[in-house]
Amino acid sequence: MTEVRTDRTLSREGQAPSRPGAPAGEVRGPKWTKMAKRDALAAYGFLGPWILGLLAITAFPILASLYLSFTNYSAGGTPDWIGLGNYQRMLEDPRFWKSLQVTATYVLVSVPVLLGFALLLAVALNTGLRLMPLYRSAYYLPSLLGGSVALAVLWRRLFAQEGLVNDVLGWIGVVGPAWLSDPALALIPLMVLNVTTFGAPMVIFLAALRQVPQELYDAAAVDGAGAPRKFWSITLPQISPVVLFNAVITLIGAFQAFTSAYIVSGGTGGPVDSTLFYTLYLYQTGFNYFDFGYASALAWVLLVIIAAVTASTFIGSRRFVFYGGDSR
Amino acid sequence: MTASATIPTPRGVASRRRRRTALVRTLVRHSLIIGGLVMLIYPLIWMFLSSFRPSKEIISSTQLWPGDSFTTENYTNGWQGVGAESFSTFFLNSFVIAGLCVVGNVIACSAAAYAFAKLEFPGKRILFAIMIGTLMLPYHVQLIPQYILFSELGWVNTFLPLVVPKFLATDAFFVFLMVQFIRGLPNELMESARLDGCGHLRTFLQILVPLSLPALGTTAVFTFIWSWNDFLTPLIYLTEPDKYTVPIGLRLFLDSTGESSYGGLFAMSVLSLIPLLGFFLAFQRTLVRGIATTGLK
Repeated sequence: MTEVRTDRTLSREGQAPSRPGAPAGEVRGPKWTKMAKRDALAAYGFLGPWILGLLAITAFPILASLYLSFTNYSAGGTPDWIGLGNYQRMLEDPRFWKSLQVTATYVLVSVPVLLGFALLLAVALNTGLRLMPLYRSAYYLPSLLGGSVALAVLWRRLFAQEGLVNDVLGWIGVVGPAWLSDPALALIPLMVLNVTTFGAPMVIFLAALRQVPQELYDAAAVDGAGAPRKFWSITLPQISPVVLFNAVITLIGAFQAFTSAYIVSGGTGGPVDSTLFYTLYLYQTGFNYFDFGYASALAWVLLVIIAAVTASTFIGSRRFVFYGGDSR
Repeated sequence: MTASATIPTPRGVASRRRRRTALVRTLVRHSLIIGGLVMLIYPLIWMFLSSFRPSKEIISSTQLWPGDSFTTENYTNGWQGVGAESFSTFFLNSFVIAGLCVVGNVIACSAAAYAFAKLEFPGKRILFAIMIGTLMLPYHVQLIPQYILFSELGWVNTFLPLVVPKFLATDAFFVFLMVQFIRGLPNELMESARLDGCGHLRTFLQILVPLSLPALGTTAVFTFIWSWNDFLTPLIYLTEPDKYTVPIGLRLFLDSTGESSYGGLFAMSVLSLIPLLGFFLAFQRTLVRGIATTGLK
């Protein structure tokens, strides 16, 4: 029940098949070959929808968007090959750079804070509290709702000039600013909304924490280690693969955030593009300006950025991710 | 321990004190956890209670209890929506789309997972690796050409672009989830079924599907929640209000009434969360297990 998928199991799955796929003709009799053939045929039958989806809905669009990214193509027109034109245009496009900056800020601030909360709560809940399952579910709830339009609507009100957040700030004598109309602050409510969805990684952390062998803590206690020491020297190394996994998943998710910025800014990314998420700019380019060529180039840059960030997270994590013990 | 605690020996006093500090610590821990929870959930409660207050008050005051100004007008007015379409249409559309997505994902993903987990075929390794690769692919890369494809097919402003991909198992997360689950099922059952002359389809339907109900349940619940919440896809493909889903209906409402009708907007937002809350309450354990095994949101 509390099985945890780490990136390691992931890569292990990648090389999964236990037996060679093709029938080994000369060892088995002709009857076996026939059966293996039937097996393979049936397998392709079961995989049929998936293969069709892979080709038509995933692979073809990705390759097509690579091609379109080298063209000038508006909806209704025909694609004109312009080579690297779209990519050169990006270099001089202030809104492209702005959207990169907004997204980078959003990701770099909200993802570590989110993961910090997730880990903190998981550690706090993993102390044998009898009400743990109840708390766990309750903390998870905002993750379920966080991506909805309804929550974004609520956030507009919470961070309004006379909203709840400024009320609370008023109690401690701070005059709350106009969060949503001040370009310097408008991104903060969106980051807070993202942080409140820490429930999903928390559940994953919690499952991992429960698998850390108790003997390690007992041994550390005998050696006189206190709680902080135990956390740094036992807990963190033991669950580090899961930390990596959560970091990658949350990063990828944050790069693709869209709904909250769209609803809170009314689709503009304003004020003054201060909440212009990369995805929002891509959407505007494609579906407000119908500039499909440029939008495809933007999409490919996003793909490359996400791949690069994911890869460097994996590489950077080699130093601290600890794969040990045969329990996992 | 209990006996010694009742007699005031030096050891008894010490253990009582120790127990008291343990109790204090537990209390502190519970109150911190509950305090955090209140901060997290309070805005939702405020939104719920505010939906029973006139719009003007929602904007001007942040008090929790509606009190004298309690009204259900927001619900009756909000339900009318804006223009010709009411929220009945939006909710019906959302339920139809989410329902079809669930059916599609459950069928297509379990079939693909069965092949990956239990059958041998040439090209299995490479196809499996591709499936894992698509897990990390940002949706936005496919957006424009998919739109071109679906509009060439004449599917814009129909439910097809939202639903058909689910019948083609494009949500690799669920394929992966079910591969993990089906791998854990014993091969013997399937082999004996084969020996009894069961074909692949019957083995799948009569042995595998009943055994995989927990994974199918997780898939169904998450698919429902995701498609219910989905905003970008319907925003792109559904162009006429009579096809709108609830999130797009809310956006329409927000755009056309703005700050003037926060009451109706809050009321409809609350209603839009109710199916999610219902699923959450009914399937908490499934959800938590699903996240713990696969890292779904």
